[in-house]
Amino acid sequence: MGYVLTQEGFSDAISQLRKTYRIFAPVRKKGAGRFTDVDAILYDEVNGSEEIELHEKSDYSAKEVLTPLSETLFYFTEGICKEADLDTRPVLLFLRSCDLHAMKRQDQIYLANGMEKDFFYQRRRELVHYVLIGCSHSFENCFCVDMKSNVSEDGYAFSVDEAEGMYRINVLDERLDAVFSTAATSKEEVVPAHVTQNEVHVRIPETIPAEIMKHPLWDEYTTRCIGCGRCNFVCPTCTCFTMQDVYYSDNGRVGERRRVGSSCMVDGYTNVAGGGQYRKTQGERMRFKVLHKILDFRKRFGYDMCVGCGRCDDVCGEYISYSNIINKVADAVDAMEKEGR
Amino acid sequence: MGNLDINVAKLKKNAFRYSKVRGETASRIRIPGGVIDSKSLGRVVEIAEKYGNGVIDITNRQGIEIPGIRLEDVDKVNAEVQLIIDSLRINQTEEGKGYPASGTRNVIACPGARLCPFGCYDTTAFAQKMEKTIYPNDRHVKVAFTGCSNDCAKVRLADFGVIGMTEPQYNPDRCVACEQCIKYCRRRSVGALSLKNGKVVRDTAKCIGCGVCVTYCPTRAWTRSKEHYFRLVILGRTGKKNPRLAEDFIKWCDEESILKIAANTYAYIEEYIDPNAVEHKEHIGYIVDRTGFEKFKEYIFKDVTLNEKAEVAQRVYWGGKHYDQYGG
Repeated sequence: MGYVLTQEGFSDAISQLRKTYRIFAPVRKKGAGRFTDVDAILYDEVNGSEEIELHEKSDYSAKEVLTPLSETLFYFTEGICKEADLDTRPVLLFLRSCDLHAMKRQDQIYLANGMEKDFFYQRRRELVHYVLIGCSHSFENCFCVDMKSNVSEDGYAFSVDEAEGMYRINVLDERLDAVFSTAATSKEEVVPAHVTQNEVHVRIPETIPAEIMKHPLWDEYTTRCIGCGRCNFVCPTCTCFTMQDVYYSDNGRVGERRRVGSSCMVDGYTNVAGGGQYRKTQGERMRFKVLHKILDFRKRFGYDMCVGCGRCDDVCGEYISYSNIINKVADAVDAMEKEGR
Repeated sequence: MGNLDINVAKLKKNAFRYSKVRGETASRIRIPGGVIDSKSLGRVVEIAEKYGNGVIDITNRQGIEIPGIRLEDVDKVNAEVQLIIDSLRINQTEEGKGYPASGTRNVIACPGARLCPFGCYDTTAFAQKMEKTIYPNDRHVKVAFTGCSNDCAKVRLADFGVIGMTEPQYNPDRCVACEQCIKYCRRRSVGALSLKNGKVVRDTAKCIGCGVCVTYCPTRAWTRSKEHYFRLVILGRTGKKNPRLAEDFIKWCDEESILKIAANTYAYIEEYIDPNAVEHKEHIGYIVDRTGFEKFKEYIFKDVTLNEKAEVAQRVYWGGKHYDQYGG
């Protein structure tokens, strides 16, 4: 059912929902950017509708709510081990269509990749309901249309589109109809806004021959990329983590296990026991990352990992464009095919 | 051409240079913070072509000098610099008469946070505020602003040098222990960070507040403090007798205190400057060397309430060359 709300009505609806749900959304954090007096838009729990940033692309993705950058999994002492407590109230998570598609990739990796489901992911995931933020226009570096993540027809509890002070809501979760029908000024059919055109386009080859590994196109990134990993940390589909077993300094028999985000671009990622390191140069690391997003994942699960949110391009301090690399790969594959003929 | 009968002291005070070329002078344009709008720069060009010799000097202190001006054209040039003075909002005592003083020098600023990734505050804005506070004044005072501890503006050569600082804020929940802050603090800064149990520890005594950790953090675990802080370094100088770098005076200082301290300095100079100083000009540092640092502190801290975080050096010792004592 669709509803139209004033700003006040939307604010009331959010207040009402907060009685049941914890609400996580993109929030503008003043001065939290890398540079002085530059804001950052990060995910956080909100106390009211006015805190929700509905108009800009968040700098970091919604995945942090399900896979926190740093999460204590359990505590241990001597023979005892205790899982970390988790707030078990249900969660409403505001995100855009690309990020909603990205959550499918997160589910794929944490819940449907092999025999075991990830316990710690699952217990958070079961609490989360998505709220779709409509996109009235494409943002810088977005290429969701080419990645087919621009439209979300289902998988969300309700959607929100704000224009000129009015909020248009499409409710899919019938349990929420009551809240919105009380707060609405009118009922009408609402279709969440989505973009149909981006400025940035990518061309992903259907098959990519293994010779691409040796292609010189990766070489320039050995010198251009500084290996900071920002592209991975902002990526809504990156799932890699590493473990920290920490023993408290004042009592070494007590400690905790943490799971923290990790990045295939940062030094140390491929280090193995005995001093080995599989991918030494940033060029090799770039190759791994890009091909994982547009080839390896598809080989295993049948669809591409990348959703085209463009955050990796937004955040790169060295002006490396991932979408441009995809197109370089496509050109290289074309050339290989021609040579082969 | 009539006889030249020029009051040189007045000429200099009016921001015209005494030139070695007889009959010529140079007009000195103040550009606080080193930022001039393109229209005003166009007017500088016009003056240089109309009254000068078509050459423009960029000065060491971010000002401009227009050389080759005939001394008899000084009044005309003063009329023409009026628009530049207005545009750069320079305090003036009489319209159309050019700059009212030249003793207190142009206030310098590096590009700072308007452009530079490392800048911890808007250096230009602060420099312009300082200019408004201390100019016009005949006393020889140099103030310079730099955005971070790199000190690209070389503020340690000034009487008052202001170095931007940020107090890094750490959110352990966003930290993945990638250790880039530790690496870059060690390589680009002072090595104040270390890893303990998977999280980063900052040595607050060692930290200089440069913000390198914030710049390199890939997850926003490190962010900048809401407050902009400053390190105030004082009484650096070049010159013949005892050139020396400015020394640390206040760490984590606030903007308001710095403005007051600079303004208060003038009363101290009036009281203690050598009455026989050549051209009534003496670096503050030499006056302080004579009166002692405590007397100086007494004057500059008048009505100043430092912020709580401020750390004031109780004693300050300067080094440098002592050519006047030990020769060169």
